[in-house]
Amino acid sequence: MTTDILIIGAGITGTALAREISRYDVSCVVIDRACDVAEGATKANSGIVHAGYDAVPGTLKAKYNVAGAAEYPGLCRELGVPYRRCGALVIGFDEADEASLRNLLERGIRNGVEGLRILDHDAVLKMEPNLNPEVRSALYIPTSAIVSPYEMAFALADDAALNGVAFRFNQPVRSVERTNGGYWKICTDTDQYECRAVVNCAGASGAEIHNMISDIPVEMIHRRGQYYLLDRAEHQPFAMTVFQCPSRMGKGVLVSPTVHGNLLLGPTAEDIDDPLDTATTAEGLADILQKAGRTWPGISTRTNITNFSGIRAHLTTDDFMVGPVSGCENAYEAIGIESPGLSSAPAIAGDLCRMIAGEMKWNRKADDRIRPVPVREKAFSSMTAEERAGMVRKDPLYGNIICRCETVTEAEIRQAVRRPVGARTIDGVKRRTRAGMGRCQGGFCLPRVAAIIAEETGCSLAEVTKDGGNSRILAEPLDAFLKGGGDRE
Amino acid sequence: MEQIITCINCPMGCRMTVNMSPDGKVLSVSGNTCPRGEKYAVQECTLPVRMITAVIPAEGSAVPLSVKTSRPVPKALIRQVMDILGSIRITLPVCAGQVIVPDILQTGSDIIATRDLP
Amino acid sequence: MSDRQVDILIIGAGPAGLAAAIAARESGVGSVLILERENEPGGILRQCIHNGFGLHRFQEELTGPEYAARDIARVRDLGIPVECGTTVLTLSPDRVATCVSPANGFQTIRAKAVILAMGCRERPRGALCTPGTRCAGIYSAGTAQRFVNLEGWMPGRRVVILGSGDIGLIMARRMTLQGAKVLACVEIMPYSSGLNRNIVQCLEDYGIPLYLSHTVTNIRGRERLEGVTVSRVDERRNPVSGTEIEFDCDTLLLSCGLIPENELSLGAGVKLSGATSGAVVDDSLETSVPGIFACGNVLHVHDLVDHVSAESFRAGRAAADFVRSGKQEDSLIEVADGDGVRGTVPQLIRKNTDGDVSLMFRPSAVFRNSTAVVECGGQTVCSRKALVFTPGEMATVVLKKDVIRTLSGNRITVRIERN
Repeated sequence: MTTDILIIGAGITGTALAREISRYDVSCVVIDRACDVAEGATKANSGIVHAGYDAVPGTLKAKYNVAGAAEYPGLCRELGVPYRRCGALVIGFDEADEASLRNLLERGIRNGVEGLRILDHDAVLKMEPNLNPEVRSALYIPTSAIVSPYEMAFALADDAALNGVAFRFNQPVRSVERTNGGYWKICTDTDQYECRAVVNCAGASGAEIHNMISDIPVEMIHRRGQYYLLDRAEHQPFAMTVFQCPSRMGKGVLVSPTVHGNLLLGPTAEDIDDPLDTATTAEGLADILQKAGRTWPGISTRTNITNFSGIRAHLTTDDFMVGPVSGCENAYEAIGIESPGLSSAPAIAGDLCRMIAGEMKWNRKADDRIRPVPVREKAFSSMTAEERAGMVRKDPLYGNIICRCETVTEAEIRQAVRRPVGARTIDGVKRRTRAGMGRCQGGFCLPRVAAIIAEETGCSLAEVTKDGGNSRILAEPLDAFLKGGGDRE
Repeated sequence: MEQIITCINCPMGCRMTVNMSPDGKVLSVSGNTCPRGEKYAVQECTLPVRMITAVIPAEGSAVPLSVKTSRPVPKALIRQVMDILGSIRITLPVCAGQVIVPDILQTGSDIIATRDLP
Repeated sequence: MSDRQVDILIIGAGPAGLAAAIAARESGVGSVLILERENEPGGILRQCIHNGFGLHRFQEELTGPEYAARDIARVRDLGIPVECGTTVLTLSPDRVATCVSPANGFQTIRAKAVILAMGCRERPRGALCTPGTRCAGIYSAGTAQRFVNLEGWMPGRRVVILGSGDIGLIMARRMTLQGAKVLACVEIMPYSSGLNRNIVQCLEDYGIPLYLSHTVTNIRGRERLEGVTVSRVDERRNPVSGTEIEFDCDTLLLSCGLIPENELSLGAGVKLSGATSGAVVDDSLETSVPGIFACGNVLHVHDLVDHVSAESFRAGRAAADFVRSGKQEDSLIEVADGDGVRGTVPQLIRKNTDGDVSLMFRPSAVFRNSTAVVECGGQTVCSRKALVFTPGEMATVVLKKDVIRTLSGNRITVRIERN
């Protein structure tokens, strides 16, 4: 396959970049090692659009965080992605903490973050009455926001795909080389791609890909973060994202509402060898409870929905690397995109695209050739009675509730499969519609979602996977099983 | 020869010891709390029987047919009964109570449908 | 948006909803409507193809589908409409329900009385906080049961079962009979919550080991499940290091408890009990919201469907009384859980109740040679001896109508004492 530009990685950075590039008159392909968009760090992070008080002034993290966060409200409105400016607190318990809070305040002001102020004990507890009463003071960040990170990536990917970008999944990169004709040749397990320009947005594999492209190696540390995700509730114990004072390993354990009304606890920070090892551990989960318990003394995991973990791609240089790969013609990268990577992605993508378009001398498409993303119906679960009645009249499949816990309809699940970059797996449907995201964890809807995927994609139930690869949910039909003897000894 | 049997008649779950002669006759039962336990222990040690329930794929139906034995069959025959069930094909319609396999393995028990499958 | 009016609206056409409907109609109520989200009535019984149902009610052993078929036939004969494929979305305290179905669209239904019969759901992996990977191959036992018995698909070949509740035990046998290899059944408690009959006939018959005081402490496999680690636990249910056993399996079934499904009840303002996770009801099975009744597994998780049916007949009759005569004010006696007792239902007794009241509860541990005692103001008003009380079997004490009339206090306590 030949293309003008190839993006490696369909996470938040790769999809944001693909959308920017889709505004130019070039062919673009996005490949990813996994089976869907947002399968790496993008699906497993805190979902915070940081205001930008934390990054060291002068770093790329500081620059892109503040600029990226500013783009979020407009972008989310345009793409129909849930986003909420819920505000945040960084809490301190003693004098040393208060000194770091003042330090953060100063940094934030230098980074251009607005509205920051230090609150005393009483003011903090008034805002968040369930906080540990031992709290001494806190930094209040009114512009801190929450977003659904994977839904953002899905929307960016859909927009890019509608505007001509091709997405290819299950494409782990095995080699990158320069051809004599001035192309980059990228080989995956099954395919070969030749492209004028290549961009490395490979998240946890970013260093590996960089070192295939360049002779000047970079070193990456894979830092795992584990989480608890608690059930939705009308009133969560916290309205804001609450951080503790940051450490060398990151922003520490937070307690935060999500845009869907769940409560998130985590992450841990453990350096691990395997960039794909997203298991949770007994030690990690205990660590979260202990640390989050300092923020929230009344902590309860009775309503736990799931535990998960994600891998942060931490470069030993301690900053993002964004731009041309030094010494390599027509090769670009955005790597080391750990926190605040989600917040920064729109700004990184914009900057990187301008850079590439300038160097490659691309032409921008005329505005009338850019297809806007169709306005997506809001979720059936958040509609009023009248809206629901109207939708069921229009399409009776809105009358078939597939996921009871999150009130997701058959119509919505079929739409998720039919989106420009559509769901092909149980988890793909879950992240796009929330079917299976609720308190029964798919116990009820799994068989039904599997059947819809099989029907929509024309495959057998046996081929439906939870999350790609060999994650099949079923073994065989009963008759084949009986004939084959199963696992009888 | 001794055999240990857990009674299934009530939540007590008495652990009963059955003393047997070399030719398989029950000599004595101990450890039971009631006569029902003794009766069960004797049955279990001489000819244990079980009800079997299963499903059989039915042609032209996404839903398989659920079936049962009309009366308990010797426990030793369970595997053979399942092998027979695995080899048969059902054609629709079927009514609950309908005999699918008469007198399976000459046990005097029929395999019968436990639901309608129109 | 259509607006319908019925005398009694019943949510759920499982054994509870069907029995409640039959009793309501037989008590003379004209318009009874059952809403069911599945495409057929019968509830969970449809997938419980094993036998053992109905011994108390019919004095014979039926399979789940056979038991359900009897009530379904009776409902049909009585001309009670069952609208399937219909999900109730909301229920208000003044008994207005909204629901949707592909066939009838969005509807608003006003009812003089409502009977909650939504059943329960299984406790999922998240609730257990089991560490490890999030691979495919981990199902609740009931989901696997549905796959095998209703869809005709085997979820896997080599199976470990966590939890020794009856569904888990039944699935151990089902999976084995259909050709899978069940490696172990693992129970965190020192006793099984399943029936002895199921331990003998589902595990021992097939040589499946039962590991008591053990739990799954790690889950391996990046895509499909590859194995689990099982560890012994101490008295406080904490894993003991050094006791790990590794199992290579592609399927883990969870049978770790059932939770009444009360989202609609909460929306209607129904007060729930922390002990049962079901509604707080009086002896007529009326909840804290007048005219809303609850029965079956949505009220408290039963072991036997016969008891579900019996309870639901009472709910149906009580709802019919409410439709006919409205709320009868009465002074209430509070029922409290004492030592060794959890989740007594009903939680309230009407002083002038018209019949004997069965107090149902779950023993909190295994008690041999013990007595269940009902006390009022320090006096024993009723008691029942038993050779054994176990958490796996709901216990009952019957309080006579005449005794209730003569109670001096407004609070009674149920407890178990060893003889």
